[in-house]
Amino acid sequence: MTTPLAAREGAPAERVPRVRSLRGLLLKMALLGMLDALVLYALLALAAHEQWWLAGVTAVSAVAVNGVYLSRRALPAKYLVPGTAFLVAFQLFVILYSGYIAFTNYGDGHVGTKDDAVAVLISKSLERLPESPAYDMVVVERDGDLAFLVTDPDGRVSLGAEELPLEPVTGAQIDDDGVAVGLEGYRTLSFPEMIADQRRIGTMSVPVSDNLEDGALRTQDGSLAYLYAATLDYDPTADTFTDLETGTVYADRGTGAFVADDGLEITPGWKITVGFDNFTRAFTEDSIRGPLLGVIGWTFVFAGVSVASTFFVGVLLALLLDDPSIRMRRTLRVLVILPYAFPPFLSALVWSGLLNPEFGFINQTLLGGAEVPWLTDPLLAKVSILAVNLWLGYPYMFLVATGALQSIPRDYVEAAEMDGAGPATTFLRIRLPLLMVTMAPLVISSFAFNFNNFNLIYMLTEGGPQDISTEMNVGATDILITLVYKVAFGEGSGRDYGLASAFSIIIFILISAIAAYSFRRTRALEDVHR
Amino acid sequence: MSTPTRLVASSTVPPPRPLAAGQPTPRRRTPRRNGRGAIVKNLVALAVAVVAVFPILYVISASLHPHGTLVGSNSLFSQVDLANYIRLFNSPTQPYGAWFVNSLYIGIVSSAGTVLLGALAAYAFSRMRFTGRRVGLVSILLVQMFPQLLGVVAIFLMLMTLGDVFPAIGLDTHAGLILIYLGGAMGVNTYLIYGFFNTVPASIDEAAKLDGASHARIFFTIILPLSAPILAVVALLSFIGTSSEFVIASVVLTDPPKQTLAVGLFQFVSQETSANWSVFAAGAVLAAVPVVALFFALQKYIVGGLTAGAVK
Repeated sequence: MTTPLAAREGAPAERVPRVRSLRGLLLKMALLGMLDALVLYALLALAAHEQWWLAGVTAVSAVAVNGVYLSRRALPAKYLVPGTAFLVAFQLFVILYSGYIAFTNYGDGHVGTKDDAVAVLISKSLERLPESPAYDMVVVERDGDLAFLVTDPDGRVSLGAEELPLEPVTGAQIDDDGVAVGLEGYRTLSFPEMIADQRRIGTMSVPVSDNLEDGALRTQDGSLAYLYAATLDYDPTADTFTDLETGTVYADRGTGAFVADDGLEITPGWKITVGFDNFTRAFTEDSIRGPLLGVIGWTFVFAGVSVASTFFVGVLLALLLDDPSIRMRRTLRVLVILPYAFPPFLSALVWSGLLNPEFGFINQTLLGGAEVPWLTDPLLAKVSILAVNLWLGYPYMFLVATGALQSIPRDYVEAAEMDGAGPATTFLRIRLPLLMVTMAPLVISSFAFNFNNFNLIYMLTEGGPQDISTEMNVGATDILITLVYKVAFGEGSGRDYGLASAFSIIIFILISAIAAYSFRRTRALEDVHR
Repeated sequence: MSTPTRLVASSTVPPPRPLAAGQPTPRRRTPRRNGRGAIVKNLVALAVAVVAVFPILYVISASLHPHGTLVGSNSLFSQVDLANYIRLFNSPTQPYGAWFVNSLYIGIVSSAGTVLLGALAAYAFSRMRFTGRRVGLVSILLVQMFPQLLGVVAIFLMLMTLGDVFPAIGLDTHAGLILIYLGGAMGVNTYLIYGFFNTVPASIDEAAKLDGASHARIFFTIILPLSAPILAVVALLSFIGTSSEFVIASVVLTDPPKQTLAVGLFQFVSQETSANWSVFAAGAVLAAVPVVALFFALQKYIVGGLTAGAVK
């Protein structure tokens, strides 16, 4: 792989083979066979999970891929298919899927289907009946599934599990107290085993009959069970829940949850599409709009200032180190690009230590024990972030500018000097415009990169300091992409995938606008050059 | 790319010319002038170098300091001790060794895949003429404007669903993460390789074709070896990109022994803030060494590719 450039001249004719190799054909067939075997497995697995839609797509793509590699034509496709397949599956599809999620209420409390939600609501509302007798019981196990072997107060023995209502059984082993302790085909759990599985046993509820409203048996200690009954009553025909204590009726009003007249929701709800709700919420709900607009503004400021400052410093440094009166230019060039070689996420973490208000080097050593809140004051945190990003980003601009400066024909500058232009004029009138032509595309892509510079912000401040004037989990240095991350995966507030995806879509739209604008601008710049 | 490459973060870079374009053109130099201006310039250059190097010296010094706290690390190089490097590998809650291996593994597999997928596509774009070729090239550039991390929510939910059917590529698997990263293989990388392939004379392929070589043989035995420099650069860029990617990795990998350096070290710092600072510093130094070494080893090509891409 590391053939030196010299090998270019040395591609000797005798290395070129003359016959189509059988080996190549065999290799191709083997690879294709492996792929097809994999597809077959995938199809079976998808069918087993009743994912018909995905199975269909997989089958059609597999046929297409086989067609491409078996036919003698479609030569470009043979080379384009592998990369394109990944691009479509994990980039284009992801973008479309984000778009879909943005129109749902997917998030904490809205995960599954409505049926799931109903089942969860019923089992969640179980409460121990005060008049319930104590049922003697043991926990038994078969194939890893746990079940309750219950002896009711009248001495009848029955068996039941989470999804299996109690069924009378015969032939159980009965101990001296008349309690069933074992059953053919099942293994009774020992005390230490029950301790180990305590959690699972404690959350099991075994329905006493097919009708969920008859209640279910639950146990705290694995030896005595009590009857629990639902406090919420589900009426399948009216599709409502009624709170048996207060009489409040919760109905499905199309919002993805059961809601009472006074607007009170019972959780969990279920996943539904909500149209433009997430977007309207983002721009009309005060608790979201304020922070969001602030974040969008800061995103632009951050990206803009970062590009401007790194460009300015990078170009100046390139000019400076181009100057023959500087000593040790080679060494200096290596030193100034060091920040670029260091992995950026590590740099950001190191800087977070350096800038630590209480213990960091900057405050403790450089400023002699000052307590400047570099990362905890809203304004200073922004300044710190811009400064650290300057440190991280100028070497890139320096490298590109150095290359660009060296490629400017010397004649241009000399001609200007002949005409009596000083160094400032030659720079402003000759070198800078030429520099801009080559650097403009990179400046724009650098802006796009910083627009989503998640690592720097998150590693340095995690978006903080927290904005305490709003309920939203948002901080003074959050940019859009860190906000997306916090809304979707944040620990403080619940996860709201729908709203987070809506924010992602907003980023898409903003970047598209920037891209469209910048493409036009760079074309204009190139025209100037020509 | 799965993560915006910091090295070649461009989507509008024109096809690179040969690497030679980045090399300095010979020119006459003005005679050295020594005066106040020169002294100031030297001082400024020196100051920039100090600022550039300082944080790196600081983290090295901190990693050698035996009293692990952030405050303790402020006296530079006062004590030198390798204990932190040993402690790094003996912490059960922070499996640094596993993180390191995971990052290497994910980085190497993803970058190898990226080079292969990118080179295949670049070969088609460079050597064949077909309908949709221009559209293909432009859409690669367009897709590039939207980094994968924007779809992190969708990626998470997709892997969650996928994991129900195929546990091997679901959440908390390296294979799933690598597949996601490969989704970004067609992009700037393809474009860089495409530009380089264009500089390899087509007459070489023609000669081989006359001798009866198949298109696959031309690609694997002629074009690829001749393009080793750009392949190395793309491999390095993608290795750095994927091994230090945080957003997607942090969402996909939640089990500590499965995490990467970026995810693990970030949590290490945010959980133990200042108490174990020098252990973190040791981890940071070890993590940075391979990347910095590779960078300077390939610097000639990287800078060449970078400027060749930029300079018209």
